[in-house]
Amino acid sequence: MKFYRSHILVCGGTGCSSSGAGALIDRFNEQLKLHALDQEVGVVKTGCFGLCEAGPVVIVYPEGTFYSRVRPEDVDLIVSEHMLKGRIVRKLVYHHETEEPAGQSLNDVEFYKHQTRLALRNCGVIDPEQIDEYIAFDGYKALARALTEMSPQQVIDVLKESGLRGRGGGGFPTGLKWQFCRNSPGEKKYVICNADEGDPGAFMDRSVLEGDPNAVLEAMALCGYAIGSDEGYIYVRAEYPIAVRRLEIAIRQAREYGLLGNGILGTEFNFDIHIRLGAGAFVCGEETALMTSIEGHRGEPNPKPPFPAQQGLFGLPSNINNVETFANIPQILLNGADWFRSMGTRRSPGTKVFALGGKINNTGLVEVAMGTPLRKVIYDIGGGIPKGKRFKAVQTGGPSGGCIPESLIDVPIEYDSLIEIGSMMGSGGMIVMDEDNCMVDIARFFLEFTVDESCGKCTPCRVGTRRMLEILDRIVSGKGEEGDLEQLEILAESINDTALCGLGQTAPNPVLSTIKYFREEYEAHIRDKRCPARHCKELLHLEITDKCRGCTACFRVCPVGAITGQPRARHAIDTSKCIKCESCIEKCHFGAIIKV
Amino acid sequence: MKSISELEQIRQRTLDRLNQRLEDRSDEVRVVVGMGTCGIAAGARAVMMAFMTECTLRKLSHVTVSQTGCIGMCRFEPMADVFLPGQEKVTYVNLDGDKARRIVTDHIVNGNPVTEYVITSQLGSAGKEEDQ
Ligand SMILES: Cc1cc2nc3c(=O)[nH]c(=O)nc-3n(C[C@H](O)[C@H](O)[C@H](O)COP(=O)(O)O)c2cc1C
Repeated sequence: MKFYRSHILVCGGTGCSSSGAGALIDRFNEQLKLHALDQEVGVVKTGCFGLCEAGPVVIVYPEGTFYSRVRPEDVDLIVSEHMLKGRIVRKLVYHHETEEPAGQSLNDVEFYKHQTRLALRNCGVIDPEQIDEYIAFDGYKALARALTEMSPQQVIDVLKESGLRGRGGGGFPTGLKWQFCRNSPGEKKYVICNADEGDPGAFMDRSVLEGDPNAVLEAMALCGYAIGSDEGYIYVRAEYPIAVRRLEIAIRQAREYGLLGNGILGTEFNFDIHIRLGAGAFVCGEETALMTSIEGHRGEPNPKPPFPAQQGLFGLPSNINNVETFANIPQILLNGADWFRSMGTRRSPGTKVFALGGKINNTGLVEVAMGTPLRKVIYDIGGGIPKGKRFKAVQTGGPSGGCIPESLIDVPIEYDSLIEIGSMMGSGGMIVMDEDNCMVDIARFFLEFTVDESCGKCTPCRVGTRRMLEILDRIVSGKGEEGDLEQLEILAESINDTALCGLGQTAPNPVLSTIKYFREEYEAHIRDKRCPARHCKELLHLEITDKCRGCTACFRVCPVGAITGQPRARHAIDTSKCIKCESCIEKCHFGAIIKV
Repeated sequence: MKSISELEQIRQRTLDRLNQRLEDRSDEVRVVVGMGTCGIAAGARAVMMAFMTECTLRKLSHVTVSQTGCIGMCRFEPMADVFLPGQEKVTYVNLDGDKARRIVTDHIVNGNPVTEYVITSQLGSAGKEEDQ
């Protein structure tokens, strides 16, 4: 059969034939050939459509356009307009959808209703590879205004008044950080953008760089003007190829427009930006390790002080900020400190972007005003927990953060309130857990990550975290002993006190917070050799109950031949052979196999 | 660029172009495909190509297909916004090449949004959906 992109259906029913449909078919074929469309469009004579009163009737598919009272001379128009140019001949359309499509705007969607999009305002709106589109939405206006109307100190003053705090995790006041660097003596200074984003599950920085790279460039130039620097570096992980490419395009276009380079916007101010690719080590997100890595050395942290503002990149005063921190800055300068303070809370003004993941319906990126309760993010925006399961905890702050139990889910999201309850803001990863997650195993998972990522420079982190992991490994495999929890707490405290950098200092947090809020779960593993969430494989075995009908489905799927039994009789599992892969549970139609 | 007035000119010029979709001043149709990492991983390139080829095939020279970054609803990618002159934008989700082609024919050519691909109609069932 021939493949046509379109079909013209001409009614060949009695009614239409008598009102002249036969002539239409010939005319269509003739006109299509004339426009060389006869290979693309097929003409079909059909049965009666039942609208004989409006005949002759012609329908064009796949659009489904319904033309009525078509006369032979209309055919030429339909072919030249609709078939050739894709425009419907409206005057011939019989019945056109009249009702307006309702409620299709994104603003009506629950997911967006509760959000305040500031750092993400352009993401998903502009074409990131067209600097013009960024400019259209007030891009580079803040830079222009600062260069022509404000002194560097005034720029810093606005930032200080705004109360903006670093979005990279620590929450240090940005204006103050810039002030330190500005006050630091030196001819040559550097601006650094931390786009390492090593927190597993977080991807807000990547989205900003991919969706609105110019916002970061503009803010870096503003920083250069404020602290007296003419050179910037963006340290971005090589695993983000699209972000890197869009940054390169943005830098090139900004240079072409003279928004980077020498004599920006006709002023004396010079500023240019380089990209450095990171190999994806978590520790390279730590600012001193990051600078060591830019210098071409192995990415290992250094003790602070000296702080970067005194002795940073290449030993010179440097200011380092996170991608999201930068993305906020141009708008703060345009709209003023009061505008920024009108969002969020007194201690944490503005918004924060979170990467929602784990057991939640709407995984994705959300930006909410600071102070929004966790519950709102998880239920109203995130759409709650899938499959009707119960919420158990939410992990914030990644490997440095902690787990927040259900009893604290109404806590407002702020730097300080999260620290008070034993977690932290971190870069904004938010992993939701339901009743099936074992909290001991979650703690073990995060600790395993930090053990892997420890650079090994200092002993507390290199050896201490490994000792903690060994204890956790024992607990989840049913070999936990009395005193393990106390041992974990002692180790955690000394690692926190003595590790060289933030990676080690915060590594015990996931363990401490789960011991604090889910102690009984640890105790069940240690004392009763039982995993309440039925997750830890070594602490459970599979059993076939009397719901079994003997259908043999489990027998056939078991990869190790652990299931025995006759057809139509209850089967059994040989626990010495069973590897607990749970394929039998998935296969069983009767819910007869359970974990105990 | 040597002055702020030049910056302002670019701003006005681009804004005018982008705003045409709102003001019915032209018949330009804009299709904006989400091309963040999430979108691309979910198949946005194929969707973008489908929009472009279908529009070329149908000689729809008044349609521009462009890209944008992640809008946050990564689980609904590939996504695309369709702007028809004088109308609110329509956001489509979970697209593939075939759906893109149908949007060109039904919505852009014919003026009937394909409701079943529109975000609001898909969100209603979000809670019940079996997530993996
Ligand atoms: C182990 C570790 C990893 C870090 N990773 C990142 C990161 O990926 N991105 C980031 O912006 N900051 C990261 N930080 C925080 C930085 O050291 C630094 O505080 C931040 O870049 C400062 O920017 P801000 O003031 O704008 O938040 C990390 C810190 C530690 C201790």
